[in-house]
Amino acid sequence: MAGGLDPLSVRLLDRSPWWLGASGAALVVLTLVGMPLLVLLGQAGELPFARIVQDAWLRRVIGFSLTQAALSTALALALALPVALALHHERRFPGRRWLTALFGLSLVLPAIAAVFGIVTVWGGSGWINAILDTATAPFRGTAEPPGLPVLYGLTGILLAHVFFNAPLAARVLLQSLDDIPVHEWRLAAQLGLSPAARFRHLQWPVMARRLPGLATLIFTLCFTSFAVVLALGGGPRATTVEVAIYQALRFDFDLPLAVALAVVQLTICALLTGLGSVFGRGDDGSLGLAERTADDAPWPRWHPHAHRGALQRGLDRTAIAAATLLVLPPFAALLLAGFNRRTVAVLTDPVTLDALFNTVIAGLAAATLSIALALGLLSGVRRLHLRAGQRHRTHGGEALQALGNAILVIPPIVLGTGLFLALRAWADVFSLALLLVILINALMGLPFALRILAGPVLDGASARDRLARSLGMARSSRWRRVDAPLLRGPIALAAAVSATLAAGDLGAIALFGSDQVRTLPLLLQTRLGSHRLDEAAVTATLLVLTCIVLFAAIRRGIGGAKESRS
Amino acid sequence: MSLVLDGVRLRLGERQWCFDITLPGDGVHALLGRSGSGKSTLLNLVGGYLEPDVGRIEWDGHSLIDRAPAERPVTTLFQHDNLFAHLSVADNVGLGLEPSLRLSAAQRAQVSESLDEVQLGGYEQRNPASLSGGERQRVALARCLLRNRPVLLMDEPFGALDPDTRAVMISLTRRLIDRQRPCVIMVTHDEDDAHAIGARILELIDGTLRRRAPR
Repeated sequence: MAGGLDPLSVRLLDRSPWWLGASGAALVVLTLVGMPLLVLLGQAGELPFARIVQDAWLRRVIGFSLTQAALSTALALALALPVALALHHERRFPGRRWLTALFGLSLVLPAIAAVFGIVTVWGGSGWINAILDTATAPFRGTAEPPGLPVLYGLTGILLAHVFFNAPLAARVLLQSLDDIPVHEWRLAAQLGLSPAARFRHLQWPVMARRLPGLATLIFTLCFTSFAVVLALGGGPRATTVEVAIYQALRFDFDLPLAVALAVVQLTICALLTGLGSVFGRGDDGSLGLAERTADDAPWPRWHPHAHRGALQRGLDRTAIAAATLLVLPPFAALLLAGFNRRTVAVLTDPVTLDALFNTVIAGLAAATLSIALALGLLSGVRRLHLRAGQRHRTHGGEALQALGNAILVIPPIVLGTGLFLALRAWADVFSLALLLVILINALMGLPFALRILAGPVLDGASARDRLARSLGMARSSRWRRVDAPLLRGPIALAAAVSATLAAGDLGAIALFGSDQVRTLPLLLQTRLGSHRLDEAAVTATLLVLTCIVLFAAIRRGIGGAKESRS
Repeated sequence: MSLVLDGVRLRLGERQWCFDITLPGDGVHALLGRSGSGKSTLLNLVGGYLEPDVGRIEWDGHSLIDRAPAERPVTTLFQHDNLFAHLSVADNVGLGLEPSLRLSAAQRAQVSESLDEVQLGGYEQRNPASLSGGERQRVALARCLLRNRPVLLMDEPFGALDPDTRAVMISLTRRLIDRQRPCVIMVTHDEDDAHAIGARILELIDGTLRRRAPR
C-alpha cells in the first residue's frame, strides 16, 4: 500500500481528530477576514465611486500614493544594490555584524518610532541642522544658517521609506550574492574575469532574479504605509489612500467615503499581490529573516574578491559608509533622546504605564493567536499531504496555506474598517479596542508565521511520520521528542516577530484607540503630533526597548539560549 | 620545461600532504588514490586554489605561488560545474578567449571551430541546462582547447559519465593532448581511464605522492 504503512497505524492515525485544529484555524481566519469584507462589499452598492473618479482631491491622493511608492521603491533599490555588493565584497571590517544586524531590525522596528528617530536627526531642529548651524557660525556673519529642506511632505516620507526598505532589500540581495556557488567563483578565477565581467555574469543575474519580487514587495509596503505618512505627510498634498481611509473614518465620519476608499485600496493591493506572485517565483520568501550562518569568513587568496583594486574598494567603502550614515543615526537618536529632563515624569505617568501594559499584552496575545492559527493551518496541510501518500502537494493543503496568506491582500486599515462596520451594530467598538487590535495584528502576523513555520512543519513530514509510527511513538512522546525540538526555534522566531510587529503597530490602534485605550505607538503619535518632543522622545525609547525586550525574551524563552543568537 | 613541486607541505586540520616531484613538460600523468585520500589537493595547489605551507611550485623555472589562478599557465577541467548555467554554450567557451566576452568575428569563428572539434557544432546558442552531462563536459573541453595552456589539470573528468559517453570523451581528450602536448595531471579512481589516455601512474599514499614503479 502507498507509503508502506501498516493498516493498524493508519487506523490509529485516522481516529485522532486531526481536522479539528486545522478547520478551527481556518474557520477563525475565514470569519475574521470574510465577515468584514462581506460587510464592506455589502455597502459597496451605494458607494460614491463617481466622486472618487471626479474629485480632484481624491484623484490626487491616489496619485500621490502611487508616486511616493514608486519613488520610494526606486530609491531604496538604488541604494540597496551597491550596499549589498559592498557587504558581499567586504567581509572583514569592524562593525560588519552590527551593521547587518541593524539591517535586520528594520523589519520589526515600529514605524512610528523610526519616524521619531528620523525627525530627531533630519528634522528642522534636528542633529544635522544643529551641526550645520555650529559649523557655519564663524563664517556666515548675520546671514541665515543653512538648513535642510523641510522634512514634512514627500521628502520625509521618502527618507523614512528608504530607511526601512533599503536595508531590507540589501539583506535579501546580499543573501542571493552569498548564495552564488563557489564553483562559479572558481571558474571566474580560472578565466580571470574582470570586476565588470564578474558583475555581469555572476552577480547581476542572481540579483536580477530577486529584483521584480523585491520591487513589488517594497512598492506594496510603501503603498500601504500608514504610520510614516500619518506622521510625516502633511495636508492634501501628501496623503495616501491608507491615511485618507483613516481620516474619513475617524475625523470626517464619512462612512461611505471610507468604504469606497477601502475598496479602491483593496483592489490595488490585490493587483499588487497578483504581480508579486508572478514576480516572486524563485523567492524563498524568508525576507532575509531566515537563520543563516554568518558569511563573514575572509575570502580565500585565490578568490577574485581577495584582489580588488583601490577604486573598487573605495566605492565599496563609500557605499557602506553611506548606508551606515543613513541607518545608524536614527537608531542612536532613538536610544539617546529618551534621556532628557522629562524622562522620570513620563515614565511615572500612569498614562505611559497603562500604554506600556497594553502594548505588551497586545504583542503577546497577538503572537499567541498567530502561532496557534499558523500551526493549526499547517497541521491540516501536513495531514492532507500525508494522506495523499508520497505526493508532496495537495489542492486542499495549498488552499489552507493560501487562506493564511490572503491577509497580505488586505491592508490592516481595510480590515479594521470592515470590523468597525460589522461590529458597530452590536457593541461599542471603542471599548473593544484592545481585542480588535489583537485580532487584526494576529492576522497581520499570520503570513510571517506561516513563512517561518511552513518549512520546518512540512519538510520531511512524511519521513518523520513514518518513522515515528513504525516505532509506535505515542502522540505525546512524539511531540516531545520529535516535533517540539524541531519546531522550537522556528516557533520562537515566528512568535518574536509577530509579537514585535503587533506591539509596534499604529494602524489598528489609531482606528480604535481612544483616551481609554492606548498603546505606546498611539501615545507616541499623539505626543509627536502635539510637538511635545521631550515626552515623545521618552515614549519612543520606551517603545523601542519594549520591542527589543519582547523580541529577545520570546526568542530566548521559547527557543532556548541557543536560538537567541542571530 | 617542467612542472616542479619541491618540498611542498600542506596541513589542513588533521591531515597533511607532502609533494616532491618533477613532471616533464609534455608528460601525461594520472593520480590514483582511494576517494577521500585528498587527490584533488594536488590539483588545487597547482591550480592556485590552495597555498602550500612551505615549498616551491614552479613551471619553466618560474614560481606559481602568489599568482592568481587566471595568471597561471594552467587550465582546469573540474568533475562538474564547469559552465555558467545562465550563459549560452558559445559564451561559456568564449570566456576562455576573452573574459569580457567582447569577441571579434574571428574569435567567434574560433569558438565554433572548437565546438566542432568536440563534435558539438551547431550547439552555440544552446543553454547548458539542455545538455547531457557528457555534452557539458565536452563544452568545457572545447574551452580548455581554446585556452591552450601548457598545464592541463583534470579532476575525475569522466567520473560522472556513462560508458559510451565516456569513450567519446576519452578519445576527444586524447586528441587534445596529442595536438597541444600539455603537461597533464588527471585525478581518477579508475585505473582504466588512466591507461585509456596513456598516462603514467602517480599514487597518493598516506599524503605522500609517489610514482608507481613500472611493472
